[in-house]
Amino acid sequence: MSAYYVDTKHAVGGSRRQSRATAGSRAIDQRPRARRLGLGREIPYAAHLGTILVLAIWSLGSLTGFIDQRTLSAPWTVATTAVDLIIDGRLQSNLTTSAIRVALGLAFGIGIGTALAVVSGLSRWGEAIIDGPIQIKRAIPTLALIPLLILWFGIGEPMKVTVITLSVIIPIYLQTHNGLRGIDNRYVELAETLRMGHGEFIRHVVLPGALPAFLLGLRYAVTAALLSLVVVEQVNATSGLGYMIELARTYGQTSTILVGLVVYALIGLLSDGLVHIIQKRALSWRRTLAD
Amino acid sequence: MAPYARGLTEPTVAVENLVRGFNGRTVLDGINLTIREGEFVALLGRSGSGKSTLLRALADLDHDVAGTGLLQAPEKKSVVFQDARLLPWKRVLENVVLGLADSQADERGRAALAEVGLAGREQAWPVELSGGEQQRVALARSLVRDPALLLADEPFGALDALTRLRMHDLLRQLCQRHRPAVMLVTHDVDEAISLADRVLVLEDGRITADIAIDLPEPRGHGDPRFASIRADLLQKLGVTINH
Repeated sequence: MSAYYVDTKHAVGGSRRQSRATAGSRAIDQRPRARRLGLGREIPYAAHLGTILVLAIWSLGSLTGFIDQRTLSAPWTVATTAVDLIIDGRLQSNLTTSAIRVALGLAFGIGIGTALAVVSGLSRWGEAIIDGPIQIKRAIPTLALIPLLILWFGIGEPMKVTVITLSVIIPIYLQTHNGLRGIDNRYVELAETLRMGHGEFIRHVVLPGALPAFLLGLRYAVTAALLSLVVVEQVNATSGLGYMIELARTYGQTSTILVGLVVYALIGLLSDGLVHIIQKRALSWRRTLAD
Repeated sequence: MAPYARGLTEPTVAVENLVRGFNGRTVLDGINLTIREGEFVALLGRSGSGKSTLLRALADLDHDVAGTGLLQAPEKKSVVFQDARLLPWKRVLENVVLGLADSQADERGRAALAEVGLAGREQAWPVELSGGEQQRVALARSLVRDPALLLADEPFGALDALTRLRMHDLLRQLCQRHRPAVMLVTHDVDEAISLADRVLVLEDGRITADIAIDLPEPRGHGDPRFASIRADLLQKLGVTINH
């Protein structure tokens, strides 16, 4: 009798296991499934893969002597040069000089560009007077003004900051002006039905509405500022990153040139990231495809 | 303004021989209309019949439109558009109290939001709300201004059928509590009959029918009078139904 019971138990247990197994295979598949017509599964560290590959080829080429050290120093030589430059303080002092130039140029450029855009965007008289000259200025590449600006300001800091400022004004002005003029007519109607005053309308509707455009302008402006920085520092400079690079060229110090380029890259990435963070913070009300 | 003696109360809206046109085409061709205090008027009409033009004239939104006629509407009026028209960069409460200067604005805004069933969503961004919720914020924004005249331009046209029914209930309750005069522009005959005290039909810029609806609440298709008014209105709108 007991054996019989045991047998049934086994049998019951066995069938239970079996049914659980089948249930398991029928359970809802919770793995994230790749889209059938998509690009396929995501690759880990995809954003850095290409960079790592380039670095690997560079290192391998330097190790095997395939890449001439005078053409392109090895990555580790660049690293040790950077350390040397930091130890004797040259990198920091040149970097500080350059950073101050960009910061001043950006500050003046953003201020002037925004002010001009607001005046021109919010009044017909303002536009009549400001927009024409700005469009002409836009047609002249800022860097082409350098000879004239040297005659006016000399080769010192005022000339350099002015060049950067001029290159920043344009994208800030254009985008902000565009944003101010592009306010949705529906919101203007709304403001009218809510009996908002002119000041309120500008503060609550026009300016916040133009903010996305302004921030786009800011992104362009940062790029323009860095481009101008590179150029003005290679013209008659006695300090700054560009000067450091120019000097290294004279002495054939490839690794110092490369350190300078790496620092430029870092500044570029960092400032773009910063603007991106500002954008996200200021535009947290948006839920766009990019978010 | 000439004194009006129709009804017991002063009319909130008085329109006499209103003519409006765009580019030489007459859109409103001699409109005469009065809306009494607290009266709910629905304006029915096909697309292009001029209903939005009439509403925009009452809302003072028809600048640069050529026209003649007398138009008297209260200062305290507010508009609910077909889209909720919330400023996306302002939180819900800020949208409700937009343009209000008094010190109790926030408090009243919260109360209005609670009244439309959105208490607790004051700090949400408009994009975080559903279409129906956004339209409720728009209603709160209108209510908080305590309007003598509420102008609504197909306010539920973009909502799904179920949400629309719920919004009808809400609007009915709000209007009973605050008693503004209402002009609701719609092309939904059922909506007009179930909400309004009076239904006007606008055709080619003229009011061609003016029907008082005195059905008891709640109004529904079950009532045979509802069905007969509906058939009547549909016929006036040029729709023939075969059942």
